[in-house]
Amino acid sequence: MLRIEYADYEALRTHGEETYPNECCGVLLGKNIAGEANSAAATNHVRQIVRAGNTRTDSAHNRYNIAPQELVRIQRQARGLGLDIVGFYHSHPDHPAQWSQTDFAEAHWLGCSYIITSIEQGKAALTNSFLLSGTGEDDKKFVDQAIQIDIASTVADAAAHNQKGQE
Amino acid sequence: MNIHIPTPLRAYTGGLETVSITGATVHAVFQQLTVTYPELKQHLFTPEGKLRSFVNVYLNDDDIRYLEAKEGTTVKGTDELTIIPSIAGGTSCCR
Repeated sequence: MLRIEYADYEALRTHGEETYPNECCGVLLGKNIAGEANSAAATNHVRQIVRAGNTRTDSAHNRYNIAPQELVRIQRQARGLGLDIVGFYHSHPDHPAQWSQTDFAEAHWLGCSYIITSIEQGKAALTNSFLLSGTGEDDKKFVDQAIQIDIASTVADAAAHNQKGQE
Repeated sequence: MNIHIPTPLRAYTGGLETVSITGATVHAVFQQLTVTYPELKQHLFTPEGKLRSFVNVYLNDDDIRYLEAKEGTTVKGTDELTIIPSIAGGTSCCR
């Protein structure tokens, strides 16, 4: 399962709308909890998302790549926050929210979540998450992963904000 | 020197995010790393001993592939190595 705050979920979908007709990409920071890291029973709990640049300016409408240097910086940022890289997100402009052969061939972060949002005519449509399962390059596979969107704290924050505004 | 391990490979370092390994060069450090944590070897190197194409290694802020001496680069105890698999993809259809 993938757990993510509603605000982060919306933010990664908005990112895809902003970069349309090109693909967006970013990194999910959080913690892997409950269960073996590469098993379907594990939960990747997202605590923060980090936008990344797409270096594939030659074909940004259907390819994405995050510069390794930027990944090093983001991993350092995660370490400073006591978090780990638990996944990535990217968009599929005018294309289904399903992993492609390119996504699969280029996926190497076993145990991590890969979120894909389809952007239809500039608007975020479906968002899916896939867990890269397996023990190595030979047996890796994408597994459909349920997304749990946490709205409680977001709603509570909004309620507190509204209440403060009325005082 | 400290070596930072990416999330997927921590299963082979006992869950450690950072491991401390001594060595005079990047190559020597990697040799010792794979002796200490033998299961890492197949994930980092091809059967021919070459660093896998999707595995990036940074010495501090520099990609070792672009260093003059590459894996032969000498290192200090205060240097840091970061192992970072690549991340890429896309629809890649013929539009």
